[in-house]
Amino acid sequence: MEVFLQQLINGITLGSIYGLIAIGYTMVFGIIGMVNFAHGDVFMVSSFIALVAFLLLVSLLGSSSIALVLFVVLIVAMLFTSLVNWTIERLAYRPLRGSFRLAPLISAIGMSIFLSNFVQVTQGPRNKSIPPMVQGDFVLFTKNDYPVTLSVKQLIIWIVTAVLLVCFWYLVTRTRLGRAQRACEQDQKMAALVGVDVDRTISMTFVIAAALAAVAGTMYLMYYGVVSFADGFVPGVKAFTAAVLGGIGSLPGAVIGGILIGLIETMWSAYFSIDYKDVAAFSVLAITLIFLPQGLFGRPDVEKV
Amino acid sequence: MASGAPAKRVDAVRALRDAGVTALLTFGLFLPLIGFQTVTDVRNDLILNTRWPLLFAVVALVGFSRLAYSFAIEPWLQNRALKPAVEPAAWRGKVARWIIPFAIGFVVAYPAIVLATAGFGRSVKWIDNFGIQVLIYVMLGWGLNIVVGLAGLLDLGYVAFYAVGAYSYALLAKTFGFSFWILLPLAGTLASFWGILLGFPVLRLRGDYLAIVTLAFGEIIRIVLINWVDLTNGYAGITSIPRPTFFGIPFNADDDGFAAVFGLEYSPIYRTIFLYYLILALAFLTAFVTLRLRRLPVGRAWEALREDEIACRSLGINTTNTKLTAFAMGAMFAGFAGSFFAARQGFISPDSFTFLESATILSIVVLGGMGSQIGVAIAAVVMIGGTEIMRELDFLKLVFGSTFDPTQYRMLLFGLAMVLIMIWRPRGLITTRQPSVVLKERKAIASDLVKEGHG
Repeated sequence: MEVFLQQLINGITLGSIYGLIAIGYTMVFGIIGMVNFAHGDVFMVSSFIALVAFLLLVSLLGSSSIALVLFVVLIVAMLFTSLVNWTIERLAYRPLRGSFRLAPLISAIGMSIFLSNFVQVTQGPRNKSIPPMVQGDFVLFTKNDYPVTLSVKQLIIWIVTAVLLVCFWYLVTRTRLGRAQRACEQDQKMAALVGVDVDRTISMTFVIAAALAAVAGTMYLMYYGVVSFADGFVPGVKAFTAAVLGGIGSLPGAVIGGILIGLIETMWSAYFSIDYKDVAAFSVLAITLIFLPQGLFGRPDVEKV
Repeated sequence: MASGAPAKRVDAVRALRDAGVTALLTFGLFLPLIGFQTVTDVRNDLILNTRWPLLFAVVALVGFSRLAYSFAIEPWLQNRALKPAVEPAAWRGKVARWIIPFAIGFVVAYPAIVLATAGFGRSVKWIDNFGIQVLIYVMLGWGLNIVVGLAGLLDLGYVAFYAVGAYSYALLAKTFGFSFWILLPLAGTLASFWGILLGFPVLRLRGDYLAIVTLAFGEIIRIVLINWVDLTNGYAGITSIPRPTFFGIPFNADDDGFAAVFGLEYSPIYRTIFLYYLILALAFLTAFVTLRLRRLPVGRAWEALREDEIACRSLGINTTNTKLTAFAMGAMFAGFAGSFFAARQGFISPDSFTFLESATILSIVVLGGMGSQIGVAIAAVVMIGGTEIMRELDFLKLVFGSTFDPTQYRMLLFGLAMVLIMIWRPRGLITTRQPSVVLKERKAIASDLVKEGHG
């Protein structure tokens, strides 16, 4: 029981990170019907931006005011990653919109290879590890000499994720931009006819997706304290799994899917085999797509002749 | 619009403003990752170095490129758009007719050409790194072309079957000592068996979903290869895999070796040339079988499936069998290529079968123009040969200093090339198709008319 509770805490933490990335996949798929293969690498780039910002701030301010540093790092990472994803959409995806269906997919795969190799060339191939940013644990209770702890890092991840999800939910459901996004999702031509700037809306979708990925990237850096140029692919596929599990196109589905994937992964590692934890996540992906293609919260896809 | 209308004058203010904005954007993009470098200092702590000169060089380069685009390339493009389309010159048709025989002649004569120009000692590298390497990808591209180009099933886990072929050969050859020639068909059979096995659950999926599930299967197979240490030796891989023999004559320096039997001086070049012709024959086999299959009912069913699955079903075509045969055929050729790969390397490990390989093979198929065999071959030469040639550009060290290593930019440029080729030609390099059924006269059709299939 205590092991289970501890894994529940760890799983939700990991799942929050996956959920934040998954929103990016699900939004982009919803609006332009494309699997943005480079999104995992955008997440990786964001954690490197956070790393640079963190090192810079610590050398300027010292490590005493860690809360301020973390906040600034988060904002910096969100800004720069948004810029990166905006540019990627503009250069690599927009010229291919409405063209042959596989073209954007190949372009995205190329972008993914480019981004990971760009980071490898500019920052070096070795793992980058930093001393822990925040320390401290809350022992919730102890049973059979097994303390169930919630670390400060985990608490920060929970709070930041929850706050950002509320902001994001407000943005999508209550603002003009959110309305324009939902309109483009339903029918781009019609949305354009009633005065929605489709290009701008799609650009903003990529910016929001990148900002959320940057939050995930910063949290990832803070939680694990180590990043590498190759860290984009596996979290990316897992987040995509989360988006599929939740029902692609559904925003609450992406978050719940993310938490489920995080839980499945940690539980699998704890009770079965840590070597095969990725197999568990990938199997969930395959099983969901085969037996429940519309996911938990998605709309079934009706095929018309 | 009148064809003689003068092009618009270049608006210098606008051009400058655009260049400024682009430079500013580039500065913002590259500030964190080029402007700063994270390095480990003597105490093993991570610290930041700044690289301002490099950052400003990149920004200036991009800004000036944008300026050049506004002043030179944009007016040129506009002028070209105003001119009436030029009829393709007559010589183009002649070139197109002779290009395939010429290419076949060239690849057959390639080892001789290399031997004549590069000399005996250096030609191993050129035949091995360029010839064999490119031909493996040509073969893999042609194999995947059956699945993606003909049947329209988007497969991102193709490397799994390549791995099955390689491990089948390596394990069976090491454990039972079977020869390459027995194991080649066996590896192909095993791989196509896996193709059917993995094809079954995904029959209902289409398009991007199919791509993602096949990606997941590819990764699962790789993770199993890493973790099933008893069978596969994990990350360490399998070493000293038996090499193929020339009808029972091994390529070694012994008395009964190839060189001794034919009265030649021993050299590793004979094995390399033999392997070159082996993979050439396998690649031609793939191309030939594909060409013939397109004329069989099953091949016609594949292409019909790609065009419209529902119409296919209503015409009584068994889509299950059609999809599974496509998977099995594609997987079989990957299995052949895999066992050749294991035999050529003598060493395999899970590192050779990553997602990047699948992505490379799929991109070769799409960049070449789906369904076009000559296009796939050209794409393989450009993408694989191009990145291999990056290893040879030592003269760049003279330009950029001795610490400059062109090889580390290989995959960076590879990814960039994928994006640029897609933007330049979204339909791939070769955009015409030869239909396999014709009415009266044989003519090529534009690939815009070919559907990409739902998967």
